[in-house]
Amino acid sequence: MSDLVRLTIEGREVEVPKGTNLLEAAKLAGILVPHYCYHPSLPVAGVCRMCLVEVEGWPKLAAACATPVAAGMVATVSSPMAKQGRQGVLEFLLINHPLDCPICDQAGECELQDYVFQEGRSGTRYTEYAKRFHPVEEFGPDVLYVSNRCILCTRCVRFMDHVAGEAVLNVSERGDRAHVGIDGGQLLDHAWAGNVVDLCPVGSLLSKDFLHKARAWDLDKTASVCTGCTQGCSVALETRENTVVRVRPRPNAEVNRHFICDHGRLTYHWMNRSDRIEAPLVQEAGRLVPVDWEKAIARAADVLRSAKAPWLGLASAGASCEALDAAAVVLKLGGGTGVFRVREGDEVPLHGVPGLALRRERAPNVRGAEAAGFGRDWSGAVANLRSAGLVLVLDESLDGVEAPPAGVPFVYVGTVLPEVARGATVVLPCANAAEEEGTFVNANGLRQAYLQAKTPPGMARPAAWILGAVRSALGAATGATV
Amino acid sequence: MGFPHPSHPRETVLLSRHFGDAEARSYAGWMQRGGYQALEKALGMGREQVIDEVKTSGVRGRGGAGFPAGVKWSFMPKERTKPHYLCCNADEGEPGTFKDRELMRWTPHAVLEGCAIAAYAIQAEHVYVYIRGEFTEAIRVMQAAIDEAYAKGILGQNVLGRGVRIEMTIHRGAGAYICGEETALMNSIEGKRGNPRIKPPFPAAAGLWGCPTTVNNVETLAAVPHIIEKGAAWYKGLSLSNPKSTGTKLFSICGNVAKPGNYEVTMGFPLRDLLYEMAGGIPGGRKLKAVQPGGCSVPFITAEEAAGALLDYEGCVAAGTQLGSGGMIVYDDACDIVYQVMRLARFYAHESCAQCTQCREGTAWTTKILQKILRGEGRMEDLDVLVDLGEQMTGKTICVLSDSCAVAVVSAIQKFRPDFEAYIRSGRAVATA
Repeated sequence: MSDLVRLTIEGREVEVPKGTNLLEAAKLAGILVPHYCYHPSLPVAGVCRMCLVEVEGWPKLAAACATPVAAGMVATVSSPMAKQGRQGVLEFLLINHPLDCPICDQAGECELQDYVFQEGRSGTRYTEYAKRFHPVEEFGPDVLYVSNRCILCTRCVRFMDHVAGEAVLNVSERGDRAHVGIDGGQLLDHAWAGNVVDLCPVGSLLSKDFLHKARAWDLDKTASVCTGCTQGCSVALETRENTVVRVRPRPNAEVNRHFICDHGRLTYHWMNRSDRIEAPLVQEAGRLVPVDWEKAIARAADVLRSAKAPWLGLASAGASCEALDAAAVVLKLGGGTGVFRVREGDEVPLHGVPGLALRRERAPNVRGAEAAGFGRDWSGAVANLRSAGLVLVLDESLDGVEAPPAGVPFVYVGTVLPEVARGATVVLPCANAAEEEGTFVNANGLRQAYLQAKTPPGMARPAAWILGAVRSALGAATGATV
Repeated sequence: MGFPHPSHPRETVLLSRHFGDAEARSYAGWMQRGGYQALEKALGMGREQVIDEVKTSGVRGRGGAGFPAGVKWSFMPKERTKPHYLCCNADEGEPGTFKDRELMRWTPHAVLEGCAIAAYAIQAEHVYVYIRGEFTEAIRVMQAAIDEAYAKGILGQNVLGRGVRIEMTIHRGAGAYICGEETALMNSIEGKRGNPRIKPPFPAAAGLWGCPTTVNNVETLAAVPHIIEKGAAWYKGLSLSNPKSTGTKLFSICGNVAKPGNYEVTMGFPLRDLLYEMAGGIPGGRKLKAVQPGGCSVPFITAEEAAGALLDYEGCVAAGTQLGSGGMIVYDDACDIVYQVMRLARFYAHESCAQCTQCREGTAWTTKILQKILRGEGRMEDLDVLVDLGEQMTGKTICVLSDSCAVAVVSAIQKFRPDFEAYIRSGRAVATA
């Protein structure tokens, strides 16, 4: 094909689309050219000069990020000349760097650490001079700027300029006095501003939420899907000792490129709630009594078997497709209908990435709930609660919902126990989205899997498992097949 | 002419003929001196013909890089699918260089005429004259000339009634040396921070506002009317030496010379003659120690190297330096080279735009080492570090600011190492402020 260019990088032949830069071409050849300022989702700046490589026949080293590929080009990343060039950059970057890695949140995931370890000098020649010092600045509600650690790669500045579309950051001053500045009277409080913390290759931009919370190497990272809205951004849930301590984007070209919004980033504390139901509970003599799963499932099956139609399901659009489907199967047995409701907020698009926004509907699985047959007439359904033969709740908060009348059987599947559910006939504790595997369908109909990041508390089980077990118990008792 | 001194018989006054002649500043005065005939002639020629003429003349960029101007013009797209722009680079921030200022002060219409011819040739309808902000007089004179030119139909919608549109706007620099770098200059005009851009794309492909742009130095443009009027062959014939260095060149001589000023000589003129015959040599009975013939960004050469040097692009390279902008800085034997080099490094450290790591950190580190040596606290290893930093700062950055710093420092150490060693051995200290 004519729009492909063949070239050799580090002795490996690759064919890449015309117009690709040398750094991306090297990636395709399986070679990482060290770099700081380059980022695939930002305009090329070519300023850190870390990605210097040798190109055969060129008199000077080339910055791989700013060099378009050409047919027949022969580039070497590990040549002595290229390595020497990058070693020079690393030495320059370190002369004013505080090397306070032991107290820096970035340590362990710091690209300055990594590349210095990989190919930097073992000692410094900048021994007799004071390092540059600036106090830590508060840029916004969640972002701190530690200027002393800054290598001026300008990723944050370019993100705010070109991606967020709110150019509040800048490079102030010149020469070695330069630092990232924030426009007078402005705050870094854009709804997507938190991405600058991820983009920062060193520990210069920090999240207050994560400040001094964990060392990077102590974190377990689990592929997940953001539960903040219907966009369905790919995220990593980062856990330490069974607690989610940080949420960061995972690259996904189709959904969120390299970014997530601050709502998605910071709304994870509910995953660590400590007021969870830890054991199945059944109503006995006016109070809820903990029982084992076998008894609880049998009791739930009994309740369902004797319940009159129509059954009413109140589900959360934050439940997995699997749980919602299982709930729909159960509801169908009682000629029931299910409904859900979604909390709403302002839609906040990310200016530079078409199709990416913090969506109005703040739940991850609205499309999944609809696909499972759950309707949106929440108020209509809740108004008729008294005439229901049975109420089945799937992890709904039940805020503003009256408790079903005493005679109506009430099966509650949930993570926490709201006041109105204390009268439930059976309470079945389920795992939250961080504690189970499942899938969500995003606003564009894309079904995406998420994995389990932490263990559920006590005896809690995934809701899909619970509802499946209930259905099985019913089937065995009635001889019906589903 | 050797402004502010009377013209020397060995000068070839072409661009500097009217220096000091206040009447030449006005439109009427300029017309009396043969003004705008070249523009008339150019508008009667085809655009390609104008470019070819300038190409054939061999005139090279007088800002310092020495790129052939006609070749640069020929890079502009032939089809105009977007607006084309011409920038006249009048930022002249290079220490030791003050020729463009005089061209604008005394012969604003010559600059204007050159701009108009270039704009016509490259199909630019808008010319930005980017003038260093400190040049308040030059700005005033240039603005008056532009106003007059508009009034007389030299600029505007219909230049000289030939249906060609050329607008001209002065953009004042705000005091950054780096804005003399052509891509930083374009960013500055666009209202952005004056940071050099990565190339490619080159300005002829995507310059001002992403449109095809040519950036030429004031002196280059001022030479264009002469080339058009008298022909490329004539201009080429002005060279005393190499066919690749043609025409005349203004040299701004400063430092330890008896008669500092602007001298115009043909390419290939002996440096020695310029220095001693025209500029009056070194005052106070002292001897020449070093010269930077092309502004502060070119290598130092010793008195011996200077003695045989010819002032053209090739001659300067043969002498171990560069012609640069023609801002000749002269150092006598009473001059403290270490201190002078520190001042140059401090200038670059101050003016570094801070984009590239090597430049941002390297210029500052270099300055600190030199200041330490001047405090009498230097060590011999410091000289090796300086040379090695110079290596790291050369050929690795977006623009050549860090290269310029390195070249001054490294050439000074190579050629005047005993001066540095004397500081280190004796522990002598001088004030470095």
